[in-house]
Amino acid sequence: MNTENATDFLTIGGQEFDSRLLIGTGKYPADDLIPEIVAASGSRIITVALRRVDFAATTDNVMQHIPDGMQLLPNTSGARNAEEAVRIARLARAIGCGNWVKIEVIPDYKYLLPDGHETVRATEILVEEGFVVLPYINADPVVARRLENAGAAAVMPLGAPIGSNRGLTTREMLQIIIDDIEVPVVVDAGIGKPSQACEAMQMGADACLVNTAIASAANPVTMAGAFAAAIRAGRLAWLAGPGVVRAVAAASSPLTGFLYEQE
Amino acid sequence: MDIQLNGKRMPVAAGITIGDLIREKGLAPTTVVVEHNMTIITAADLDQITLKEDDALEILRFVGGG
Repeated sequence: MNTENATDFLTIGGQEFDSRLLIGTGKYPADDLIPEIVAASGSRIITVALRRVDFAATTDNVMQHIPDGMQLLPNTSGARNAEEAVRIARLARAIGCGNWVKIEVIPDYKYLLPDGHETVRATEILVEEGFVVLPYINADPVVARRLENAGAAAVMPLGAPIGSNRGLTTREMLQIIIDDIEVPVVVDAGIGKPSQACEAMQMGADACLVNTAIASAANPVTMAGAFAAAIRAGRLAWLAGPGVVRAVAAASSPLTGFLYEQE
Repeated sequence: MDIQLNGKRMPVAAGITIGDLIREKGLAPTTVVVEHNMTIITAADLDQITLKEDDALEILRFVGGG
């Protein structure tokens, strides 16, 4: 364990985590890869979805692949409005794996963009009911502020549309959210490569949530390790404080004592 | 008699409890969450509730997701 990790915890909902990479459980080639991916990623927080049991299919239980001690983060995917998100959140809590919930309210299936208004409404209700609420949002600083005021434990703005692997297309709005919001900012959705997660961390994001980029890699376990390294590097760079960006050159070596100089 | 199970109309034995129906489907009651006529049912109550004609039952569980 790095010494910086011993003191630089991610704190959400009063809990401390020694990893700033959150991972998902969707779209892996096989669910029995999940323990290896968890180990390679070092993640402590993992998302799941809630669905009707398909009695015709012989799907196994994803929970059996999630190692003990992980903080479970059920999402409300499938919800199209606040009421549906609240219903899913209550059902997820009733399974008995804690009171965290990732609010996801998505009324359209083309871009899968979240509905900020309904997300705020759901957050207000669920915070009141004692949930630790992590809302997935567009990179909208105004919505982020409303959610913070409503008691969200973190905000999770997207870098690009879900599953697109396009990176930080919302960079400027992300930076405003990072600079202005007090609760942790978890960049969620759209991150496709470790370099993009690293950049988000260098910008001052508190964490990244990565699912598709790991799950769709040719080697998901190796990619999980690559994301973990990138997020550590980006976090360290942010803590270190990058130097000033200049329009013109500034010599790294002395501009004196050259061989050709003659008096 | 028929109930609405996970959005589909289906016949179940008269007098069956929710707990029995879950076990009949080959599921462990601890791995699912149940909503009966829009009310969440705790694990302890699954064997106490007898299904009635036209009841709406949702049986859900966690699956992979992001």
